[in-house]
Amino acid sequence: MADDILKGRAWRLDHDISTDVLSPGAYAVDPVEVRKLHVLESVVPEFASEVRPGDMIVAGRNFGCGSSRETAAENLRALGVTCIVAESLSRLFMRNAIAVGLPALVCRDAHAAFTQGDEIQVHPGEGRIINVSSGLELEADPLPEEMCRILAAGGILAMLKGQGVA
Amino acid sequence: MAVGVWEPDEGGCGTVGMNLAERILARAAGRDQVAAGEFVMAEVDLALLHDIFAAQVFDLLREVGVDRVSDPDRTVVVIDHLVPAPSTAAAELHQKIREHVARLGIGAFYDAGRGICHQLLPEQGHIRPGELVVGTDSHTTTYGALGAGGTGIGTSDMVYALATGRLWFRVPETIRFEMTGQLMSGVSWKDVILHLAGRFGSDGAQYRAMEFAGPAVAGADMSSRLTVSNMALEMGAKFGLFAADEVTDAYLRDHGGAGTEPFQPDPDATYEAVHEIALSDLEPQVALPHEVDRVSPVVEVEGITINQAFIGSCTNGRIEDLRAAAEVLAGKHIADGVRLLVAPASQAVLGEALETGVAASLVEAGASILAPGCGPCFGGHGGLLAPGERCIGTHNRNFIGRMGSAQAEIYLASPATVAASALTGHITDPRHLEAPDGR
Repeated sequence: MADDILKGRAWRLDHDISTDVLSPGAYAVDPVEVRKLHVLESVVPEFASEVRPGDMIVAGRNFGCGSSRETAAENLRALGVTCIVAESLSRLFMRNAIAVGLPALVCRDAHAAFTQGDEIQVHPGEGRIINVSSGLELEADPLPEEMCRILAAGGILAMLKGQGVA
Repeated sequence: MAVGVWEPDEGGCGTVGMNLAERILARAAGRDQVAAGEFVMAEVDLALLHDIFAAQVFDLLREVGVDRVSDPDRTVVVIDHLVPAPSTAAAELHQKIREHVARLGIGAFYDAGRGICHQLLPEQGHIRPGELVVGTDSHTTTYGALGAGGTGIGTSDMVYALATGRLWFRVPETIRFEMTGQLMSGVSWKDVILHLAGRFGSDGAQYRAMEFAGPAVAGADMSSRLTVSNMALEMGAKFGLFAADEVTDAYLRDHGGAGTEPFQPDPDATYEAVHEIALSDLEPQVALPHEVDRVSPVVEVEGITINQAFIGSCTNGRIEDLRAAAEVLAGKHIADGVRLLVAPASQAVLGEALETGVAASLVEAGASILAPGCGPCFGGHGGLLAPGERCIGTHNRNFIGRMGSAQAEIYLASPATVAASALTGHITDPRHLEAPDGR
């Protein structure tokens, strides 16, 4: 997965998007089919109905701050989001995104370089981000080898199965 | 998982000094030396699961073909979020957890009503300085108060940790906070951590460990340290660490443990940054909606009306917090139109509040006492807000929509400030209330 080139449409989100808005507590123990309908509803109400498979998120600082809930990353993946690019990422969100096989990249300049709906291309392995609409090319922090390995396996559970721990 | 207490390192011969985070991860990785930026595979000393994620983790464990936990004696399960069960679905979830716990032979299980995980683990003697603790809860950083490397992980990582007893970690850079001076009367360590969040930002310690040190820290009791380490997470921290000292030793002995040797960073340890924080002039602080780092001195926002006041959570639900609130409330009554909710952090805290008259002072002042648990703080149940309502609480997050309506507002403050605000019906600096005995 880390070697693929991802192509899609950018959803530009603000700073400090918390896990409470990515996966509201009131639906914490509902199945993913229910949870995904409430992603970002308190800040971008149209998101869950308008997001398309292949879309990516370009966010500001501290994306995914808050709780340990992996559902924040899992809900986005369930809606078809293929990559998160943010000015900075919460440690827990980044860890969880990688664990569920969703590439999450830190790129300090991305937020300013995109407007809502821009066409985006990302090469997670190389940390290369292109705003196809404007032609601007940006560099993200490269993902450490350890994280690339988990992404390549399709997430940490897939990796665990592959290791045959049982 | 590794069992055994941490043993102090005599030497330092030929090695570079390590800070607390590096010492913790070096020990867990079975290495003499680690440095910030490295990735290590570490042995997990203790794994914590609570009711939101436990059943899912155990189901997944079965799905990946493991269906056992690598060390049942070092796995703790706590039912604390959906307590008492607010729905049939929650009751069924708890039922599933109880079945899993029995089947897997998990040693430490705290059923609904015993309290909040981050209160119970220290209180019941599960946390030891120098150990590595992972939990399916972001506020697992709380255990840094005892010098333990506590940090939150997601459900998939927890499945991996339970299956193998190990997990990968990046050794974080550390920011050291040298605390000097003495807090004014009416100011608490909750005000200190809110101040730090405001000053350094909600990502001010992103991916990093925070190490709290300096002369003022020696005077901070364990309850205060737990509050600070708990909210280190709100600055993005991976760990929020205090060195283990006499306060830690006394706390461990009081809570069924054997006490501890001092657990300190090496004198020549390196830090990404060292900030000196002078506490003597600090005033009561409040975080304004909807970010934990939108912090103001209480005096600057006094007068904002409130509908609900909440005292509780893993941040500030201990006996010291309830007592601080009771001292403000004793002999008085909360304002008309205000609901005061108090959720003790554990059954033991509630018991002590009953024995010492603290609970009576709270109830006589108009408080509703809730069952020990997390309900209101995470917006699950028990104290949700309507559109346009405002709540001031002692908890750790004020994100939009966290306590019910997205049109509600949440303010975060110390127990004394929350109690003072409940009395007047608007945000109030506790130092501005007349003491009942005219002091």
